[in-house]
Amino acid sequence: MSVGLALAMLLLLGGGGYLLGRQRGVAFVASEGTSVGAVHSRPGYHGAFVAILALLPAAALLVAWALLGEGLIAREVLAGLPAGAVGPSELDREAFLSEVRGLVRGDYAAAFNPNAEAAAAAWKVAARRYGLVFGLGALALGAVGALWGWSRLTPQFRARTRVERMTMILLVVASLVAILTTFGIVASLVFESFRFFQMVSPVEFLFGTQWSPQTAIRADQVGSSGAFGAVPLFWGTVFIGAIIAMVVAIPLGLMTAIYLTQYAAPEFRKVAKPVLEVLAGVPTVVYGFFAALTVAPAVRDFAISIGISNASSESALAAGLVMGVMIIPFVSSMADDALTAVPRSMRDGSLAMGATPSETIRRVLIPAALPGIVGGVLLAVSRAIGETMIVVMAAGLAANLTLNPFDSVTTVTAQIVALLTGDQEFDSAKTLSAFALGLVLFLVTLALNIYALAVVKKYREAYD
Amino acid sequence: MNDMALTATAPAAAAETTLKMTARDVRVFYGEFEAIKGVSIDVSKEDVTAFIGPSGCGKSTFLRCLNRMNDTVAAARVTGDIRLDGQDIYSPEMDVVQLRARVGMVFQKPNPFPKSIYENVAYGPRIHGLARSKADMDVVVEKSLRRAGLWDEVKDRLGDSGTALSGGQQQRLCIARAIAVNPEVILMDEPASALDPIATAKIEELIDDLRGRYAIVIVTHNMQQAARVSQKTAFFHLGTLVEYGDTREIFTNPKETRTKDYITGRYG
Amino acid sequence: MQARIRRRYAQERNFRLMGLAALSIAIGFLLFLMATVIASGWTSFVQTRVLVPVTLSPERLGVTAEAVKADPALLRRANFQGVVSDSVEQAFRTDVGIVSDGAWLAVREAVEEDPGLIGQTTEMWLITTSNLDQLAKGRIDLEAGEADRPVSDAEVAVWRKLSAEGKLEKGLNGTFLTSADSVDPELAGIWGALKGSFLTLVVTLLISFPVGVLAAIYLEEFAAKNRWTDIIEVSINNLAAVPSIIFGLLGLAVFLNTLNMPRSAPIVGGLTLALMTLPVIVIASRAAIKAVPPSIRDAALGIGASRVQVVTHHVLPLALPGMLTGTILGMARALGETAPLLMIGMRAFLTSVPQGFTQPATALPVQIFIWSDNVSRGFVEKTSGAIIVLLVFLLTINSLAIYLRNRFEVRW
Repeated sequence: MSVGLALAMLLLLGGGGYLLGRQRGVAFVASEGTSVGAVHSRPGYHGAFVAILALLPAAALLVAWALLGEGLIAREVLAGLPAGAVGPSELDREAFLSEVRGLVRGDYAAAFNPNAEAAAAAWKVAARRYGLVFGLGALALGAVGALWGWSRLTPQFRARTRVERMTMILLVVASLVAILTTFGIVASLVFESFRFFQMVSPVEFLFGTQWSPQTAIRADQVGSSGAFGAVPLFWGTVFIGAIIAMVVAIPLGLMTAIYLTQYAAPEFRKVAKPVLEVLAGVPTVVYGFFAALTVAPAVRDFAISIGISNASSESALAAGLVMGVMIIPFVSSMADDALTAVPRSMRDGSLAMGATPSETIRRVLIPAALPGIVGGVLLAVSRAIGETMIVVMAAGLAANLTLNPFDSVTTVTAQIVALLTGDQEFDSAKTLSAFALGLVLFLVTLALNIYALAVVKKYREAYD
Repeated sequence: MNDMALTATAPAAAAETTLKMTARDVRVFYGEFEAIKGVSIDVSKEDVTAFIGPSGCGKSTFLRCLNRMNDTVAAARVTGDIRLDGQDIYSPEMDVVQLRARVGMVFQKPNPFPKSIYENVAYGPRIHGLARSKADMDVVVEKSLRRAGLWDEVKDRLGDSGTALSGGQQQRLCIARAIAVNPEVILMDEPASALDPIATAKIEELIDDLRGRYAIVIVTHNMQQAARVSQKTAFFHLGTLVEYGDTREIFTNPKETRTKDYITGRYG
Repeated sequence: MQARIRRRYAQERNFRLMGLAALSIAIGFLLFLMATVIASGWTSFVQTRVLVPVTLSPERLGVTAEAVKADPALLRRANFQGVVSDSVEQAFRTDVGIVSDGAWLAVREAVEEDPGLIGQTTEMWLITTSNLDQLAKGRIDLEAGEADRPVSDAEVAVWRKLSAEGKLEKGLNGTFLTSADSVDPELAGIWGALKGSFLTLVVTLLISFPVGVLAAIYLEEFAAKNRWTDIIEVSINNLAAVPSIIFGLLGLAVFLNTLNMPRSAPIVGGLTLALMTLPVIVIASRAAIKAVPPSIRDAALGIGASRVQVVTHHVLPLALPGMLTGTILGMARALGETAPLLMIGMRAFLTSVPQGFTQPATALPVQIFIWSDNVSRGFVEKTSGAIIVLLVFLLTINSLAIYLRNRFEVRW
């Protein structure tokens, strides 16, 4: 049964139920009158009540069909095959069934397995029959639900209260999605990391200085020759995201915010702020392309011109510089918030003593806004170390433990991408290590975020 | 203190007035704090009842118990017994939505919906299903606006936004909106405190016009206003009902020294 | 004293200039980035074509005009590749590649429209190879030695000859806007990626908007303050700051490996991005709901609206513009997102346009990433072209959000 047909059926049930209930509600109003309390709920609520009772059981059955139907059909098709037509193993069965499914969908013109064509025909018959059974079942169930709901309606029946209670359930479920997502992230990262740490010791992972997972390509090599010391990755991440990028972003972002909040005319501010927002809205893949195509060669040429002969075309500096520029609007807007939160009286006090605006900013404003600015910078660091595309495209994959900004370094995120793209076996240490890296990244950014948000919140409250 | 409140109540329940709402030993707690400390009072159908008292005395809190608006404050807990026509309004059988249709409310700050004047008035009848047709609704809207003394000012611009009216007009629109669902009681929480003297006078006139048709309870911090519009006055202080009786009696011959002190402006 | 004041004023001036300089650097970088991308990308919307007399001999094609008139499907099996390579060989007599490997498609289209062309020789404008295209666009540094540039001297000579004879023309590059990826830069297009992005975002929107708005309503209007709602709050605030690649790992582990959903499919990409966008929408929607004054709620409650009616009749309509603005900004972010999609395999090399939510697809930013890895000169131009398209989309979406914000923002 197609999705469209199922939806049409649900629409029919819901619409029919609504009309039935509503009609009953209208009849109540006709007999009981329109004064407050004569009929508890408006006709529309009677309709909605009946519609929900019709829809819920029918939808439940259809969902069950979507989840289980395939299995039921497959079992019937397999049972109907001549003995020995399909190999005994689970794998054989799966391969056979996927071929049959392909035939049914029309993906394949002809079958590879001689039994598959017959099975496909049987599949279609079974699918039609089961579809009919489940479809009619859903219709019947919906009709029963609607009738039951309809029979409960009376003038004093609290249809509105019931419908609203069901609405509340929907709202609660929606807000649980956020918890489920967090739980899903933590669970999947922890679970896969746990499998990884069964192959590689956490101590080696966290403190080892050799990173070369690429050697563990073949299954029989797993864990034997691949090296999973992630320190060079952590260093590369910190070097690019927390050092080079911040050296660019903090002064530029802060000065931008100071200029915009303290000096710029309102009209200029009105134009400059959206431009900065555009800068913040440019996708990171574009920054990455720009870093790789324009900035990295320029950095390399510069390195050669100052006498560094082995300058790499993928350098920490190129990635860090571009990432720093990317973060400027973020730092600037956080600093902007922090500066505008400082009470005007503080500024006026300093100016009234004869200090110039710049002296006021440096001696009074910035010290007063410092907690807010620091919080913003920490959030920016968290964002920079989680940034992926720029480093993937411009920083390279060589795990070097180096202080030379012209050298190529790699980061946690770049390695996650490298480890998980392309063909993967899901239980090799190589792919699982990506989840361990993800777990470290998640925990570090989480800690930074929680701490930074707390700092910013405390700062805002101090001046409220 | 409680005893005194009760004795003060007794003469108010005179034979010639019909009781609309009764409250017995009502207490309101915000967490640990007891905001209303056992108030008992009767509201009669024919009169305008004024609640007066210094700010923070609990008169507004008590008013909001009468149509269960305190339900929306999660921390608030109400005990005691409040009845509308003998029916316990805090019992599980009472549908709070229907209760609020029967006991309407007008707020301190005019708060029309950001919709047309017509829609503002029609909203209540619509959610309660009081009009069978558009023509019915037109009648309800006109009748309510007329009663609120606003019809002549807005009849040509019913489609304009309610928020575009002047403050006094907005407040009368809010009264029309409350009237439209045909309530039995109208609670007014300092309805004129945000208005200028002319608009205030109009509201007071309107309250006088509405008297008799609806039981009206008005909270005010303005003693002159209480004296002008009400027949019964209750004086609240620190969460207790200090004195309740005929308005003239309270203002000319208060029994309690605290009432006297307040009326003569010694505190407040 | 005077000197001291002068020094302080100089300091003041310098400080102010530093601020202006910082802002100028940021904006200058943006302009430089835009200029670079536009300069290297605008030519991807232009295509070089060469005039070739195509001889459609029925023998070489394997079909006759009459047969085609009776059954047009025969053209699908006709040997157009052979016809084109013969014609090119005939016309130019050189080993150098002149027309693109995909040029025959245009010939087939022409014949499909007019089967009468079979048996005749017709002059047709055919797509050139990427190298000739790049030469014609002036993208090749001819000063460099042959070994240092991607085109051979022979190709340069052919290009000089053809352009001197007036046999080259440039026109709008329809291929770039209407086709999917290809190994040949001159045949590669962004339509496949664009449609993949579209399908993905449809899923993202359908999930994150209703769920986000409903969650925001619950948290802002109904939720009691207790430990559960605290946990939800903390979850949402933190999810908003979790690196996007972590969502990719979640999608990989849960949707692909646990739920066995199809790899590279827009439905999985959409789900992953929906989880990433959800906190953005929840936070924006909550702010919009908070902005609705409590007096409106009191007013509706006071005449007997239920709390759900207060929300559906009053709060929601008033908060909707703010919610929509937040949603649009969230969608813009999702449109530019690359890393999570890489994790769930939406980086496949696909030469056909995705037709459904469960078919392998790629997305525009991922396409940019894939092309940026390609060393071929023609793909540098295509990458920038794709970036231009992406930025145009993002600018449009963001302008829409700003318009909405200004148009419907209500001040209380």
